[in-house]
Amino acid sequence: MSSEYMPYTVETRPDTGLYNARLGIWLFLASEVMLFGALFSTYILLRVGAEPGHWPQGASILNVPIGTFNTAILIASSMTMVMSWASLKLKNFGKYKLYMGLTILFALVFLGMKYIEYSQKFEHHLFPSHSTYLAIYFTLTGLHALHIIGGVIVNGYFWGPGSRMWQTDPGRFTNRIEVAGLYWHFVDLVWIFLFPVLYLL
Amino acid sequence: MSAEIEHVNAEVKKYLLVFIGLLFLTMVTVAASYLHLPLAMAVLLALVIATIKGSLVVCYFMHMISEKRLIYLVLGFTVTFFAAVLLLPMVNHHDIIRGAEVVH
Repeated sequence: MSSEYMPYTVETRPDTGLYNARLGIWLFLASEVMLFGALFSTYILLRVGAEPGHWPQGASILNVPIGTFNTAILIASSMTMVMSWASLKLKNFGKYKLYMGLTILFALVFLGMKYIEYSQKFEHHLFPSHSTYLAIYFTLTGLHALHIIGGVIVNGYFWGPGSRMWQTDPGRFTNRIEVAGLYWHFVDLVWIFLFPVLYLL
Repeated sequence: MSAEIEHVNAEVKKYLLVFIGLLFLTMVTVAASYLHLPLAMAVLLALVIATIKGSLVVCYFMHMISEKRLIYLVLGFTVTFFAAVLLLPMVNHHDIIRGAEVVH
């Protein structure tokens, strides 16, 4: 099967000044902002509506050192993600593989720590049904973890079989990594707000 | 060395500074939580630091600082509606049923 030419995967459209995927990912991220925005709004509603003194401080229930470690890991993964894209810009495919591999590894560490956290809660019979605080905690962090899993799948494809495109169409592959990076940084951004809101306040 | 490679190398230096800044601000956030400030102050401080960290990620890692006009337009709408969604609970603050947090 011969592949047909797809316009504006590398070159920019004259009317938007962007290649199509870049506009597409920003529109997608705009919808993601509203998804998480609605849940943050729910959090505010529940917290403001709680009887004074009844809303637990996150640190009394959650493990702050694990949360801090996970924040640092996710920031590190954002750094390696942007470095993987920069490596392609510098035509260094070997470094791209290294940085993208590290990004995936950091994401898996994050998920592993999240699994430990969830397990500790379940061992103490702290389920979403236990309280409104835990319900919104599991909803927000669970949805965020699903986004991490989605990112690992996409990044794993670009690290493995998808990276063959570098040989045939390096410009398009570099743009794909930029788009995947924009998604990944957004996932990091969400956690930057989730961490203090859920763990520290 | 081509101009593009020089540009990317300069960007990499910025990424490293942003990375260090983000780690530092994470430590500041955690340290501030041990000061046991009044709740309003603690919320304000945590959100200000998170906003600075978020801005660093968006501006540098996501290249928002040099993005095209159309993206700014899309995000302008997004920020407006995001703010509206966050402020909605404040609008009906007096209608909230107190003590609704426990679902034993």
